[in-house]
Amino acid sequence: MEHGAHFEKFMGLTFNMSNVLMITVSSVIVFLIAVLATRTLSMRPGGMQNFLEWVVDFVKGIINSTMDWHTGGRFLALGLTLIMYIFVANMLGLPFAVVVDHNLWWKSPTADPTITLTLAVMVVALSHYYGVRMKGFKEYGAEFFKPMKFLFPLKIIEEFANTLTLGLRLYGNIFAGEMLLGLLVGLTKMGIFAGVLGIFPLIVWQGFSVFVGAIQAFIFTMLTMVYLAHKVSHDH
Amino acid sequence: MQNLILGAAAGEGLNTGDILYQLVAFLILLVLLRKFAWGPLMGIMKERQSHINSEIDAAEKSRQEAKSYLESQVAELKKAKEEAKSIIDNAKKQGEAQGEAIIKASRDEAERVKEAALAEIASEKEKAVATLRQEVAALSVKIASKVIAKELDESSQEKLINEYLQEVGESR
Repeated sequence: MEHGAHFEKFMGLTFNMSNVLMITVSSVIVFLIAVLATRTLSMRPGGMQNFLEWVVDFVKGIINSTMDWHTGGRFLALGLTLIMYIFVANMLGLPFAVVVDHNLWWKSPTADPTITLTLAVMVVALSHYYGVRMKGFKEYGAEFFKPMKFLFPLKIIEEFANTLTLGLRLYGNIFAGEMLLGLLVGLTKMGIFAGVLGIFPLIVWQGFSVFVGAIQAFIFTMLTMVYLAHKVSHDH
Repeated sequence: MQNLILGAAAGEGLNTGDILYQLVAFLILLVLLRKFAWGPLMGIMKERQSHINSEIDAAEKSRQEAKSYLESQVAELKKAKEEAKSIIDNAKKQGEAQGEAIIKASRDEAERVKEAALAEIASEKEKAVATLRQEVAALSVKIASKVIAKELDESSQEKLINEYLQEVGESR
């Protein structure tokens, strides 16, 4: 199960070309789904428009459960893009993996901690940005000394812990799912008996991975909104 | 082994390019979707919401209108019924009065006709009496002449005439 990756150096930056490929594929798929579904908009929605409106209402529900709509409305586009991107990214690695010359090419981009932590850092950075912008620097800074002053170090640690758990939770779930899928596929290749025996847990685990991928996309979006609400709302 | 421990990120140190690429890709996706998908979708959802709102308002309004219209119709119907009743009552009263007047007039007429008939009868009777008296006188003359012819004396003749006359007067 040891797969390498093809790396390219460009302008002093290291690119994992597999990640670049899969990020592009995920983005394009999400873009196509969203744009094709909204090409023929009508007052009486049908088919894809209905589905996308359900997603919108779902994300609206997430935002409404964490903050009031007056402050949360601006994060709707962010939440929608996040949940769809992460869901599609989680699904990509499930049907198959492509390995060329011991280099893993086709996989979920979210099965890489670099990618998930990038998203997590982006979300936390956004929460700080909106915290300063919507409450002013003074009130934003004061939040770190509430409810008691000596909790300040804990508050600082909390920010890093939030970032790490947000990113690593997603990575861990998806990576572990793909790892086990790879092992089960390896089992089915060992012989006829092992193949027949291994196909059932493979099917079960694939179904479960779809579920896990959807849940992780939801959790990531939910926690994004929780962190944002924590920074922008005035009541606590 | 290192690959397994740190996943795909291991081997070449921190792959800074991936970080940058993921950030840029996500931000581009966010901007594109906001422009091409979420914007129009929100627009149509808001439009539908306002459409439903206005439809509900319109339905409420027309319901109120129908209610007030129905009330006015009921009042109108009641009024019309009352009017019809009063017209019928009036007609009945008028008919009764007219009937009474006709009866009275005919009764009067009958009375008058009866009076006239009675008066005529009386005058006819008067005439008949007068005629009779003349006839009696003529008859008396005849009788007298017959009696004279029988040569009565003056006194017995007078006595006879008076007797006759008295008799005629009593019979009247």
